[in-house]
Amino acid sequence: MTGNTLLYLDGVTVSFDGFKALNELSLVLEPGEMRAVIGPNGAGKTTMMDVITGRTRPDTGRVVFGDATDLTRLDEPAIARLGIGRKFQRPTVFEHLSVYDNLLLSLAGDRNPRFALWAKETPRERARLGELLATIRLGDDRERPAADLSHGQKQWLEIGMLLAQEPRLLLVDEPVAGMSDAETAETADLLREINRTRSVVVVEHDMAFVRALGAKVTVLHEGTVLVEGSIDTIQNDERVIEVYLGR
Amino acid sequence: MIRFERLTVITLGCILGSAVLLAALNLLTPAASAIHVPNFVISLVGKYLCYAILALAIDLVWGYAGILTLGHAAFFALGGYCMGMYLMREIGARGVYANPLLPDFMVFIGWKELPWYWHGFSHFWFALPMTMLAPAALAFAFGWFAFRSRVSGVYLSIITQALTYALMLAFFRNDMGFGGNNGMTDFKDILGIPLNREATAAGLMLITAAVLAAAFLLARAMIRSRFGKVLVAVRDAESRTRFLGYRPESYKLVVWVVSAMIAGIGGALYVPQIGIINPSEFAPGNSIEAVIWVAVGGRGTLAGAILGAILVNLGKTWLTSALPEVWLFAIGGLFIVVTLFMPRGIIGLFAAHAAPKAAAPSDAAPGAAPGAAAARSVAREAAG
Repeated sequence: MTGNTLLYLDGVTVSFDGFKALNELSLVLEPGEMRAVIGPNGAGKTTMMDVITGRTRPDTGRVVFGDATDLTRLDEPAIARLGIGRKFQRPTVFEHLSVYDNLLLSLAGDRNPRFALWAKETPRERARLGELLATIRLGDDRERPAADLSHGQKQWLEIGMLLAQEPRLLLVDEPVAGMSDAETAETADLLREINRTRSVVVVEHDMAFVRALGAKVTVLHEGTVLVEGSIDTIQNDERVIEVYLGR
Repeated sequence: MIRFERLTVITLGCILGSAVLLAALNLLTPAASAIHVPNFVISLVGKYLCYAILALAIDLVWGYAGILTLGHAAFFALGGYCMGMYLMREIGARGVYANPLLPDFMVFIGWKELPWYWHGFSHFWFALPMTMLAPAALAFAFGWFAFRSRVSGVYLSIITQALTYALMLAFFRNDMGFGGNNGMTDFKDILGIPLNREATAAGLMLITAAVLAAAFLLARAMIRSRFGKVLVAVRDAESRTRFLGYRPESYKLVVWVVSAMIAGIGGALYVPQIGIINPSEFAPGNSIEAVIWVAVGGRGTLAGAILGAILVNLGKTWLTSALPEVWLFAIGGLFIVVTLFMPRGIIGLFAAHAAPKAAAPSDAAPGAAPGAAAARSVAREAAG
């Protein structure tokens, strides 16, 4: 499975007190791919993200990133340093730091305390931060504490932080929850834009949004893959309809 | 930015200026003069400055890294014990038992030779670094396990409390070799200079002020660096920093150890000025009181910690002589009042007055943010 695979989940099982949140889940993601993961509540979407980012260790199975790195042996910081970024459903920014500092801390680079104690901002870092601030349209708010931003601005700041990390793979959890239609469309554009240079996995409920992404869709059900295919295939699949509408 | 620099300058000026002024009024004026500052005042000020060093150490970990330590006096006392060991060795054969090899308390419990861990403490050049290295070693061992196991919040606070309590019980034991419940006292001189000489008190007080100023600048530099920004990030959203690739435990460990060293040097300066070190310095209440100083002055401001330590102790000195039985109620009440009505401490009150005058956008300069930031989080904690 090496060569043309960015992420390979191989028979991953996670159980909490006997309940199997993931059950022999296998999934392959190609480099540069955009993938939408959908499924009813409790299907294991968030648990899958937790396993990939090192927050949850699976009982069995492997998660291979790139050529041969088994992510199940690594913790969150190590996985983040490999180039996997994660956006949570609720925007989490560092409220008491300025917008600028939020991005500064996210920039790809050395994460050691010893480095951080003596680090000076380089002209390159400053230029990169200027670009990012323009991308997320927060250039005028750079010195404001992140706490003062609106909900939408925080979402954008967090996306800026993820871009600053320069991840190879971006995991995005329900990015349009609570967004207006216009914001939803804008976010779909942004994710497609990001997808031009890196792989993206989006977990989402909103079918219209998934359609706007134009991505291959994986349907999870009871911790395992139910169906995979284009959005049209999925929406006409008997099993999917049954899972979503009840039997 | 400007306001930040001003606060730094004011803090340094107040510490060093008042220390020099008091020392001059003590040494250069005749005892009968109306402006003469008596020796007991100098000793008191010296003591307050040591407490301020401890408060600064606490603010560094509590205000910026969100580690509510309820056992920091342990590092203070440990530094004090290291200095006390040196001062005991300086007594030499001038003790009650006139034993040139052993301190009095060891002769008293029938010991024949010096325990291995006392070797070296007859040299000042050995004892002085130990006042920082011993607390650092304890802090490293404690922090390494606690932070790696992701112990945080109230659980960590309870463990720090247990740590200092356990040390108190240990140091109470005679066979630990640190003087049991009497501790160490009857010190004669430091670096050959008699401790009972008039000028020694003023000299020690001045040194303490200088060390406090240096510790303040060190802490200031740390929190203004990228390291300090990561600390604030860890305080506000620890798990988020992990997904950015940071290891919060290493950052906490570094600041925790530095803080313990600052507390240790504070304790080392405390002992020659007070003239005694005993296990009661490890009492859990001391650590909690020190946290209250920081809260009163303003958590996460550094300057506030220093101010809080000095003001609360001034109040304590006055109240414990005027109405001794009221003190505990007073400090308890003070903590409640500060938490409910002054979540940003005394420094926060000044900042609130100054804020409307300053231009709004530039006011949110990085330096000005942490104080208000910490205060807001304290307010949230209090409200929630």
